[in-house]
Amino acid sequence: MEKRDSEKLIIDQTAYTTRLSSRFASRKPYAPPVAGKIQSFIPGTVVEVLVQLGDTVKEGEDIVILDAMKMKNRLKSHLDGKVVAVNVKPGDRVTKGAVLVEIV
Amino acid sequence: MALEKKIRELKEKREKMLLGGGEEAIVKQKAMGKNTARERIMAILDTGTFNEYDMFVEHDARDFGMDKKHLPSDGVVIGTGTVHGNPVAIFAQDFTVAGGSLGLMHSRKITKIMDHALKMRIPLIGINDSGGARIQEGVNSLAGYGEIFFRNTISSGVIPQISVILGPCAGGAVYSPALTDFVFVVDNISKMFITGPEVIKTVLGEEISMEALGGARVHCEITGNAHFFSSSEDECFSQIKRLISFIPRNNQVRAAVTETVPPEAGYDIEKIVPGDPTLPYDVREVIRAVADGSDFFEIQEMYARNIVIGFGRMGGRTVGFVANQPMEMAGVLDVDSSDKAARFIRYCDAFSIPLITLVDLPGYLPGVDQEHAGVIRHGAKVLYAYSEATVPKLTVILRKAYGGGYIAMSSRHLRADFVLAWPGAEIAVMGPEGAANIIFRKEITSAANPDEMRRQKVDEYREKFANPYVAASRGYVDAVIEPSETRRMLLHGLEVSENKDVQMPWKKHGIPPF
Repeated sequence: MEKRDSEKLIIDQTAYTTRLSSRFASRKPYAPPVAGKIQSFIPGTVVEVLVQLGDTVKEGEDIVILDAMKMKNRLKSHLDGKVVAVNVKPGDRVTKGAVLVEIV
Repeated sequence: MALEKKIRELKEKREKMLLGGGEEAIVKQKAMGKNTARERIMAILDTGTFNEYDMFVEHDARDFGMDKKHLPSDGVVIGTGTVHGNPVAIFAQDFTVAGGSLGLMHSRKITKIMDHALKMRIPLIGINDSGGARIQEGVNSLAGYGEIFFRNTISSGVIPQISVILGPCAGGAVYSPALTDFVFVVDNISKMFITGPEVIKTVLGEEISMEALGGARVHCEITGNAHFFSSSEDECFSQIKRLISFIPRNNQVRAAVTETVPPEAGYDIEKIVPGDPTLPYDVREVIRAVADGSDFFEIQEMYARNIVIGFGRMGGRTVGFVANQPMEMAGVLDVDSSDKAARFIRYCDAFSIPLITLVDLPGYLPGVDQEHAGVIRHGAKVLYAYSEATVPKLTVILRKAYGGGYIAMSSRHLRADFVLAWPGAEIAVMGPEGAANIIFRKEITSAANPDEMRRQKVDEYREKFANPYVAASRGYVDAVIEPSETRRMLLHGLEVSENKDVQMPWKKHGIPPF
């Protein structure tokens, strides 16, 4: 087994001296999703961006078409608002969670 | 033709078959640190006990040039033999023949030996080393896999099923090992994944090597799909033989009883667990201090290290140990450790192996990732597994047993037969720090010196509740014992439970939180 030093883990306000698992040590702190960020739920390729900077959009409207898993996925807006940022163009390869378009 | 000539003919045919895919293919196999199919079988079985069946089976596929292909034994070797003198059924895919790919007759050979194993109530050992479905045989390959998975399921809990991954085991094929009891993997040789790196790259654009995606370490440390890790095939074979020595050959008989050997002299059980409940120690030292010969065969050592599972013997009889591990993540229960423990508890229950649980945990691991990963659903599996188990259940509370963790770890309430507690046990709804802050919040916030008041209240709580006596006063704990009495009391408890007979209400089966 690899040598890992003991650290502190706090449970119910009591600090325990123990080794931490690599999964726990490298976990991402929770960040609540922001409604206006249209993010890719899967890695893929942008096929088409259906809006332009300044457009007014309604909740449920298609914003980006993302090619992934052999499907043309339509990413929709979660709110009524205005397009304040377009971060991708057709042909761009994006990672999971990339912010493609921002709406306020 | 005289009989002798026919016998010579048989010998010649056999010699040809034994070469499998041919000398060149064997050289390639060896160069990767891999043995041939028959070599592997011989290494596991007792010397001279292997009887091979279906050596001369041939495929009858005609499409895609298959009619021109002669595949010795159709790429898989099956047969029976003995391990430690006990009969077992075994199959080994032959990577030197068409990459060990599975076609109709190949799968028929495997299902034949699986049927024998179930019928004869003997363990099944499957050595997987295959490129996957033989594409040329199309749907027949899929049918083959399906027939294998069904049999793995029907045999589950009736006979021990062991999978050994000694090469690629990809795509659908990997579901057979997943349905078996124990999976053995070897560093740099085993590869298991549903979708391989090439497809992942094409569809998702993610780049990863075979080893990093589904190698031995990945399945031992991250996925929990494998149970035993080794650095060579030889080491793997020793582990397999050791496992078989602990378990019964089917669910109708008990595991073999050996001579009782006392634990090794070097263990001072009173010195292992620190008095301060926040300090770590290796709970396996406690296991070794009580088990016969201090011999503990750990399972899934590298996965969810915050709980320890494995086999040992007490009074010559196989027992299953489940123990919180304070030196890893404070011994908390979480998603992975719950899965690890629950499945092992059910394995022991299916094969009449008594359970000994050692308790020392502060509770469940908090965190959004745990909650969103379903710690509720996974944690419930441990409660389900312990409650459902009718094998003798003995529990020793070594130190902390707080809140839900106290309940889950084989408590009286889940029908543990004998619950013992060490004098340093703290059986309480939570630790003194946390509890005092909640119960005495008013006194603390309104005090002239809140810090001093808090210290006072924590000490009060510790004095009153962080001990085994409150639980003992209710009979939730059967006895508070000195650590040095542990082995004797466990041996006696097991003796007394030898003929335990508990009936559950009739049901086809329950609905555990899968």
